[in-house]
Amino acid sequence: MVMEKVVYQRPESLTDTVTHYCPGCTHGVAHRLVAEVLDEMGIREKTIGVAPVGCSVFAYNYFNHDYVEAAHGRAPAMATGIKRVRPQNTVYTYQGDGDLASIGMAEIVHAAIRGENITVIFINNAIYGMTGGQMAPTTLAGMKTTSSPLGRDVELTGYPVKMAEMLSTIDGAGYIVRRSLHNPVNIRKAKKAIRKAFETQERGLGFAMVELLSSCPTNWKITPQEALDFIENSMLPVYPLGDYKVHPELAGLRV
Amino acid sequence: MTKQLLKGNEAFAEAAIRAGVEGFFGYPITPSTEFLEYMSRRMPELGRAFVQAESEVAAINMVYGAACTGKRVMTASSSPGISLMSEGISYIAGTEVPVVIVNVMRGGPGLGNIAPSQGDYFQMTKGGGHGDYFPIVLAPASVQEAIDYITLAFDLAEKYRSIVHIVVDGNIGQMMEPAELPPMRKIPKEAPEWAVTGAKGREPNILTSIYIDPVDEEVVNIRLLKRWLEIEKNEVRYKEYALDDAEIAVIGFGTAGRVASSAVRAAREEGIKVGLFRPISLSPFPKKQIEEISKRVRRILVVEMNSGMMLEDVKRVVQGRVPVEFYGRMGGVTPFPDEILDEIRRVDSNTADVADLEREQWLDRLEARIAGGK
Amino acid sequence: METSIIISGFGGQGTLFAGQVLAYAALHAEKHVTWIPSYGPEMRGGTARCTVIVSDEEIGSPLTRNPYAVVALNLPSLDKYEPLVQSGGILIANSSLINREMERTDVRGFYIPAAKIAEEIGNPRLSNMVMIGALLAVDPVIPLEVVKQSLNEHIPERHRKTLTMNFEAMERGAVFVQETLLTKKSA
Repeated sequence: MVMEKVVYQRPESLTDTVTHYCPGCTHGVAHRLVAEVLDEMGIREKTIGVAPVGCSVFAYNYFNHDYVEAAHGRAPAMATGIKRVRPQNTVYTYQGDGDLASIGMAEIVHAAIRGENITVIFINNAIYGMTGGQMAPTTLAGMKTTSSPLGRDVELTGYPVKMAEMLSTIDGAGYIVRRSLHNPVNIRKAKKAIRKAFETQERGLGFAMVELLSSCPTNWKITPQEALDFIENSMLPVYPLGDYKVHPELAGLRV
Repeated sequence: MTKQLLKGNEAFAEAAIRAGVEGFFGYPITPSTEFLEYMSRRMPELGRAFVQAESEVAAINMVYGAACTGKRVMTASSSPGISLMSEGISYIAGTEVPVVIVNVMRGGPGLGNIAPSQGDYFQMTKGGGHGDYFPIVLAPASVQEAIDYITLAFDLAEKYRSIVHIVVDGNIGQMMEPAELPPMRKIPKEAPEWAVTGAKGREPNILTSIYIDPVDEEVVNIRLLKRWLEIEKNEVRYKEYALDDAEIAVIGFGTAGRVASSAVRAAREEGIKVGLFRPISLSPFPKKQIEEISKRVRRILVVEMNSGMMLEDVKRVVQGRVPVEFYGRMGGVTPFPDEILDEIRRVDSNTADVADLEREQWLDRLEARIAGGK
Repeated sequence: METSIIISGFGGQGTLFAGQVLAYAALHAEKHVTWIPSYGPEMRGGTARCTVIVSDEEIGSPLTRNPYAVVALNLPSLDKYEPLVQSGGILIANSSLINREMERTDVRGFYIPAAKIAEEIGNPRLSNMVMIGALLAVDPVIPLEVVKQSLNEHIPERHRKTLTMNFEAMERGAVFVQETLLTKKSA
């Protein structure tokens, strides 16, 4: 008789929903990592998520916990409001680069300045996805988008913004790291970082953000495999992975 | 409790505290700043949430988030700040969460000035934010009324899961008057069932204003409209003075209505049969009451501290039954009672048709008055 | 009966507080009352003024074009309000800072060397209270005793040690008016 053992299943923090994300998009991976962490920490029932405007606007369709939907860029402000009146809950935002690094720049920076005890999952795929592939503040120099058809001219449109580096200079930040989702090794590291970002909040150590380099084959107009290679070859040199700020109380934490 | 001499903005803030507000999020702006300052001291004292946000944009979205937890939350600002909040206000309306917003209106458009104005009438009553929704707008005219209506505002907001705007101007925000504060209310322990509190032992609650399928959005629009029609039926509020035998009706809200009451009293002493109708709920607008008045009086004079905004709502209700005239001051100028008394005398003896030229005629009179140094 | 009073001077002369003292006293005397300041940038360095209306009935407008009484602590205030005081009304000028004669003859005008009196008492910041005492001597809108009682209740704790000085300032202002009236009669 063969004994069957479950080695892989849908986390309780995810719902059984057919994905609307494009083939080769890493949003699904990021969703799953967050869900696994919530399950492992046993905090699903007290977690409130804040969805952005962008491809992940419907994040709440996939997560099996309370969720609110923010205006474009305002998720950190909304999360602040929730966390301040319900400090007993775990509150996180899930934001893309247009949302967080463009229209929501003030909100993310000031949430960090105030040292809000919230967790931010930041998806950096160097492009606007939902509106169909326009230039983002994170778009690489020379990269072609529908609003930089000749390639991003940094003389006219500025250089890619490095959010993790920038936020790590802020005293209120407790945990600021950059990870990537382009291969299994990095996905495992990303999960550990997400865990630490939620642990930061549970321990009241201030603002936590995990920047995740992500793929967008549809708008990059390449295949999923080429997209993962693009992250490795083109994004990593501009957006180095690493721990930009780690609160001393987290230093010895093994997850 | 006996009456105390209370300063407008501070008394309004304390009224909100006593009504059980658990979160205040704001940004400094004259002439509403004392509200924020008062909260910055009082909220932490009571273990409640206070954040001075980085902008009005952030402040209203903090209010939005906190409102999603089902707690009583609010902000207070002034005209330019309300403009910045308009986006969040629309999201709050679309998500159907209760929020109270105080607008201490100032002169505009643009940066304008910090003097008392009623120039935000359209912005407040007709929505301000984008999309299909109707806010409740209450316009108290004294410190006591503001205290009473701020308390009521939280109840209405919760009952209808609606935005309630309290609109005052710098006169009411800055003045001191004897008034009585209500007793401190108990804060409810249970959150409403729609609130996000953590999905413990229940299905997740999702609070959103996005309905991608137009058919779904229309369902929401229908629900909001039905709720609004219910509000229109139940929540009209106003004050009347000396209208019973009046042949001339003066209609004005807030400070303008209050100043007009002095003029009406003086005109009565001169034997002019004039009365005052002061809408308190600007939205829902007291349509039936004004319609009734228009069937009894010879003429109507609308008085505002703007370019004639409520005037348009009054005319829509009066439907040409009697001439509707207008007198207003703009730019942050508060009219004195003698100006309105002059207008009442003039209207009382005027038999000419106004023919939709009430604004043009008023402008001529206003410019003559300004040229005369008044 | 509705009585409107404007108290006007430089920022720092205590005009707003003087108005509040009257307003508290009016409440004490169970009258209707409103107190409204000029607010905004002009508070700093420029003129500071407030309007107090005391009435037996509910008060409509908290502002008035033609006040019944004006307390002018500096020259710009006298220039602004002298033409506006109601005929038969009261105009009290701080002659320590105002060096011109009033032009109106249809108002009850008084010159009070408020700063000088305040200095004699030992606190130059009490000009405002000297002026209030003078005003109430001309027309006891609220009896001086009630004003004193209410000041006792509402003076900020950090200023409590100046309470008797405040009383003295009001009394000296009142006495100055009474002496002026006597001089006028005998003249």
